[in-house]
Amino acid sequence: MKNNEKILLAHGGGGKLTHRLLKELIFPAFSNPILAKAEDAAILDLKGKTAFSTDSFVIQPIFFPGGDIGKLAVCGTVNDLAMMGAKPLYLTAACIVEEGLEVSTLEKIIKSMAKASQEAGVKIVGGDLKVVEKNACDKIFINTTGLGSIPKKIDISAENARPGDAVIINGFIGEHAAAIMSARQDYKLKTSIKSDCASLNYLIAGLLAKSGHIHVMRDPTRGGVATTLNEIAQQSNVEIQLEEDQLPISAAVRGFCEILGIDPLYMANEGKVLVFVAQKDSGKILSAMRKHPLGKKAQIIGKVSRGNNPQVLLRTSIGSTRIMDMLTGEQLPRIC
Amino acid sequence: MKYIDEFREKSIVKNLADQIAGFSDRNINLMEVCGTHTMAIFRSGIKQLLPKNINLISGPGCPVCVTSQSDIDCMLELASTKNLIITTFGDMLKVPGTKSSLEKIRSDGADIRVVYSPLDALEIAKENKNKEVVFWAVGFETTSPVIASVVDDTRKLKLRNFSVYCCHKLIPPAMAALLASREIKIHGFLCPGHVSSIIGTKAYQFIAQEFKIPCVVSGFEPTDILETILMLLKQIAKNTASVEIQYKRAVHPQGNIPAQEMLKRVFLPCDADWRGLGTIPQSGLKLNSDYAGFDARSKFQLKTKKAFEPKNCLCGEVLRGVKTPAQCKLFAKICNPENPFGPCMVSSEGTCSAWYKYNR
Repeated sequence: MKNNEKILLAHGGGGKLTHRLLKELIFPAFSNPILAKAEDAAILDLKGKTAFSTDSFVIQPIFFPGGDIGKLAVCGTVNDLAMMGAKPLYLTAACIVEEGLEVSTLEKIIKSMAKASQEAGVKIVGGDLKVVEKNACDKIFINTTGLGSIPKKIDISAENARPGDAVIINGFIGEHAAAIMSARQDYKLKTSIKSDCASLNYLIAGLLAKSGHIHVMRDPTRGGVATTLNEIAQQSNVEIQLEEDQLPISAAVRGFCEILGIDPLYMANEGKVLVFVAQKDSGKILSAMRKHPLGKKAQIIGKVSRGNNPQVLLRTSIGSTRIMDMLTGEQLPRIC
Repeated sequence: MKYIDEFREKSIVKNLADQIAGFSDRNINLMEVCGTHTMAIFRSGIKQLLPKNINLISGPGCPVCVTSQSDIDCMLELASTKNLIITTFGDMLKVPGTKSSLEKIRSDGADIRVVYSPLDALEIAKENKNKEVVFWAVGFETTSPVIASVVDDTRKLKLRNFSVYCCHKLIPPAMAALLASREIKIHGFLCPGHVSSIIGTKAYQFIAQEFKIPCVVSGFEPTDILETILMLLKQIAKNTASVEIQYKRAVHPQGNIPAQEMLKRVFLPCDADWRGLGTIPQSGLKLNSDYAGFDARSKFQLKTKKAFEPKNCLCGEVLRGVKTPAQCKLFAKICNPENPFGPCMVSSEGTCSAWYKYNR
């Protein structure tokens, strides 16, 4: 591929340019025998219970501190599979590209997807690339769909939270959204905050090996920790009590939020998991998390109580209690 | 975090709350007239720390909420003009006018852009010289100096495609209007911290002297608000009324003099329409004759028409502190942040929004 070469409508036309793009860029990057067959569909041999998930990524900017749209597209779907206790195995990746995007930019994104999938131990076994006219999309949109196998005896569900469960998070809250907001320069604030974008499947596999009493896992992406906990409270019909003092929030994100008057509990994360585990195993899970590079700042942030209403309550740092509702409306522009 | 955690320190909070609890048995109504205070009170749960006889009432402190329905309708009409960009703060997008909202007409293709600062609106005007760019300015004395400096810059730059639809309001006249109406008994005011950092304390002297109501300028952290309440209680107990500053780390009695001069250079006080309070004399700001060319009202010959508030919506009463959101038939039933009937449910500083979010 030449320097300064731009993506043209013909790159998505299915003809020679498409084939060149596949041959020179995509196949070598994702290299695996299933994809190399270049059939209309990948043939997979799956046994047992399978998790199946899809997600589309439209983030702006496409490169941001801590990641890019390619890495995010892989980690996002890997994490959705991992949240169900599945071992992520295969992904498909479909890209919609705006004409005029530099080929070198696409190459960077594809290579980033390849690296992220390698690190997460998943294979990209199928995909698609379409090119649309200028302004019909914003640079590049990516959809990934993933399959993962669920080991026997694993039963993770947002309906499984029980009174007495401890609520644990694997680290700092709000880093992704703060990094994106800073990168967009909407607020002209300079920060060193990086997105937490990461695949959590190995961290989670380690936790599942430590305790058979993990009831719920969910990644607090859009809507943040507050919204995700509200979903769980409703699906499990329980009350969740959070301790404001226990929330792990970095000084940089706290400062960022204090200046802008926004709440880190409603800010998206891309490398965080909320784990609900039986109280007796909470210490074990916390220390297992803290030993993993993606869980060093893990913290027990609350517990499940019996309560009359499915809701989330926050005990504030001055000792009062208030409800913590789901995010209403849109706190932020396109961030994932 | 430094300069934050100290003001949320549990032991200090408890000490102040204990002093307040033992202070007096009298029923006392204290009003905050700043939306950021309203949110801070709910967010940290301060009401739970107060004895029952001390009642915190939210006043007309949310700039989005006090913007009149007719001004909103006027902007909605202007927004459908071709080759015209409306710029404003995020909360204004959702506020329902009589027929629609900026958010709804944006989805129909109107060019409406959210800005964080009026400086961004000026940038948009520089980048779109073939279009008219109107900044819909709302806010109290905290935001108006920045708008004034932007208008001043626009004149220096000889930029002809930028104008301002000014709905700026002044807080002290609204406080006086509430007291004069005698609709509600107010024993003391928690005066807005940010507004006061601009206007200083002189602007409230007439409230203390003529109406004999104590005023204390408050910060926004839990210990700030509790200390302010205690300072007000002490004045009330002594039967004195003066203007004091609790928020000394940010507010000087004289205020911010360069900002005041900027306001004087660009604006003139004018009568203004407030939602819920009606027309209050000399309670708004308009561009003076030197800057009249940047006034969107005259540039586009805009005329406000009489508009009607949504039926059964109690935003007006809530803004005057006469009713609480819980007394509104619509509250949390058919009026919620996704489907707001009145502005108090829309703005992140609105009283209904605070009640909905933290106090249902």
